Amino acid sequence: MPLTRRRLGALAAATLTPLARPAIAQGAPLRVGLMLPYSGTFAALGENITHAIELYLASRDNKLGGRAIQLVRLDDESSPPNAVQNVNRLLGRDRAEVMIGTVHSGVVMAMVQAAREKGVPLIIPNAGNVAATRDLCAPTIFRSSFSNWQPAYGMGRALAAQGVRKAAWITWDYAAGKESGEGFADGLKAGGAELVKVLTLPFPEVNFQPLLAQVPSLGVEAVGSFFAGGGAVQFVKEYAAAGLRERFPLCGSGFLTEGVLGPQGAAAEGIRTALHYGDGIDNPTNVKFRAAFQAKAGRPADVYAVQGYDAAQMLAAGLDAAKGDIAAEKEFVAGIRAARIDSPRGAFTLSASHNPVQDIYLREARGGENRVIGVAAAQLADPGTGCRMA
Amino acid sequence: MLGAQLLNGIQHGLLLFLISAGLTLIFGVLGMINLAHGAMFMLGAYLAFAVVGAGAPLWLAFPAAILGGVALGAVLERGLFRWFREREHLDQVLLTFALILLFEEARAALFGNAFHGVPVPALLDFSVRVTADFAYSAYRLAVLAACLVIAALLFLVLERTRTGAAIRAAAEKPDMLDLLGMDARRIHTIVFAAGTALAVLAGALAAPLTSVYPNMGEGFLIVAFVVVIVGGAGSVAGAFWTALMIGMVDTLGKAYVPALAGLAIYVLMAAVLLWRPAGLFARG
Repeated sequence: MPLTRRRLGALAAATLTPLARPAIAQGAPLRVGLMLPYSGTFAALGENITHAIELYLASRDNKLGGRAIQLVRLDDESSPPNAVQNVNRLLGRDRAEVMIGTVHSGVVMAMVQAAREKGVPLIIPNAGNVAATRDLCAPTIFRSSFSNWQPAYGMGRALAAQGVRKAAWITWDYAAGKESGEGFADGLKAGGAELVKVLTLPFPEVNFQPLLAQVPSLGVEAVGSFFAGGGAVQFVKEYAAAGLRERFPLCGSGFLTEGVLGPQGAAAEGIRTALHYGDGIDNPTNVKFRAAFQAKAGRPADVYAVQGYDAAQMLAAGLDAAKGDIAAEKEFVAGIRAARIDSPRGAFTLSASHNPVQDIYLREARGGENRVIGVAAAQLADPGTGCRMA
Repeated sequence: MLGAQLLNGIQHGLLLFLISAGLTLIFGVLGMINLAHGAMFMLGAYLAFAVVGAGAPLWLAFPAAILGGVALGAVLERGLFRWFREREHLDQVLLTFALILLFEEARAALFGNAFHGVPVPALLDFSVRVTADFAYSAYRLAVLAACLVIAALLFLVLERTRTGAAIRAAAEKPDMLDLLGMDARRIHTIVFAAGTALAVLAGALAAPLTSVYPNMGEGFLIVAFVVVIVGGAGSVAGAFWTALMIGMVDTLGKAYVPALAGLAIYVLMAAVLLWRPAGLFARG
């Protein structure tokens, strides 16, 4: 009977550990709350993140820092209006002691708020709002993915390095697009180039024509953009159809061509993007991870899977340092801060504001793959402006 | 650049007209607010997606959209809307809102919730230079032409046939049909079926330009309502000119005053309603 065995284990732990933490807390599995989209537009992303977390846990025999891990899932449906209620449910009804989530940047803010108010550790496996590791940073808030600023900064740098002096930025009028645009501008500036114009349209409209018609008169040599998912498919196709591609090469944050190269078809061929992951990264961790993920999930790994895998690795680093005791906050936080995460994207550490310091790769879309052709910005850290940790 | 923007405005406006034409007729003749009209547009887009997905050419989607739209419209009118005509507006709104939910759930069950692109047919997969430095995809131009042809046919039917005359009469004064001794119920079915078919066809035509995604009809529905209100409920000519105007205001707003772009058409609507509360083309 598992219950008895668990109790025995708890008893053994209590007898053997001189520092007698509450025996029950040590023996009972740690409840890790996964608040992710399992339905709606981002369901596939939530599934991939979850598969990768489970994959890592299985490789550790489902124990971190000697403590058994129990995952509790909650579908956030990528719905900002329900976000606060969902977080309360995760922490109340589901009694989660650590949170991992989420994909949507509007939903993650409720998790950040809860993490700050209730001190429950949070690891963000996707959402890139800069605020989470800037103004709203906290000792127990970590990110395994990226800040919106990072990939676009890399793209700006790479563009300037290619000799482009003036560029424009096209995006949806929402936080991710705006924050990416700031990264793009900073990257261009760092390379001596200039962002001369930002064109936006309301999210999630796809009538790009009024913006595209302006491009020829802007006096730029290249156009950068942030779109994702279906919007990215349509934008890339319209950009090519408007006859702009040859005269004003299109580039962008990696999400422009991430997971959508199939439907974009020939229109995407040759587009350069920057991201912290890509196809053809030839390190042993990546090769092993991709094979294992394919075997478990039945589909190829993607950047979201990598971010989920690394979220689990970060949790492991913290729990290993705290010997499985989540209440030992100082050790837990210090463990993650000091960790060197052996990620499929290439190893990374965390910045002072708890965002990955990572290589941003330059990729080129060729034959349905985002081939890595170089590093756009090496070991890039988000500036973390405004982050003051107590 | 202005030339390209004017063309963008016309193209956007003509597509808007296809959606608004049915909405304004249903509103004018049946006196019913059909919130599910946007769902018909979505249906057409997913129809195009399904046709292409099955390996058939996109062209097949257009006759299918017309026939399917007519059939669906007739069934909806006979089976549901007819029984709600005498009810309060709130009941009608609830009915059509329920239809949106039903169509969306069906869409989720059949196609899932992802955003899908619909490829442009190979025959029209090239670009045409429309100004010195801006090109249009041939398909976009073809849609523009198709919208013009459909609009012309619609006006021809309304202006030159007995049924058309009856519809115009009914749109102006719903009681007129009884006075003329015509079968009002038959006219209602025709209007609803034709209006639905126009929206479904618009969706199928637009699919390669907009992609298909959940709730895609809603955004178009709201703007179509603006067209109906500004143009005057029941007036197809009003819908035509207003759709072009809204398309133009929206496009030029996005191009030249992006900060106010989302607001421009609603400001226009408010201004017109203050000046002519029944809409620009309302008579009497």
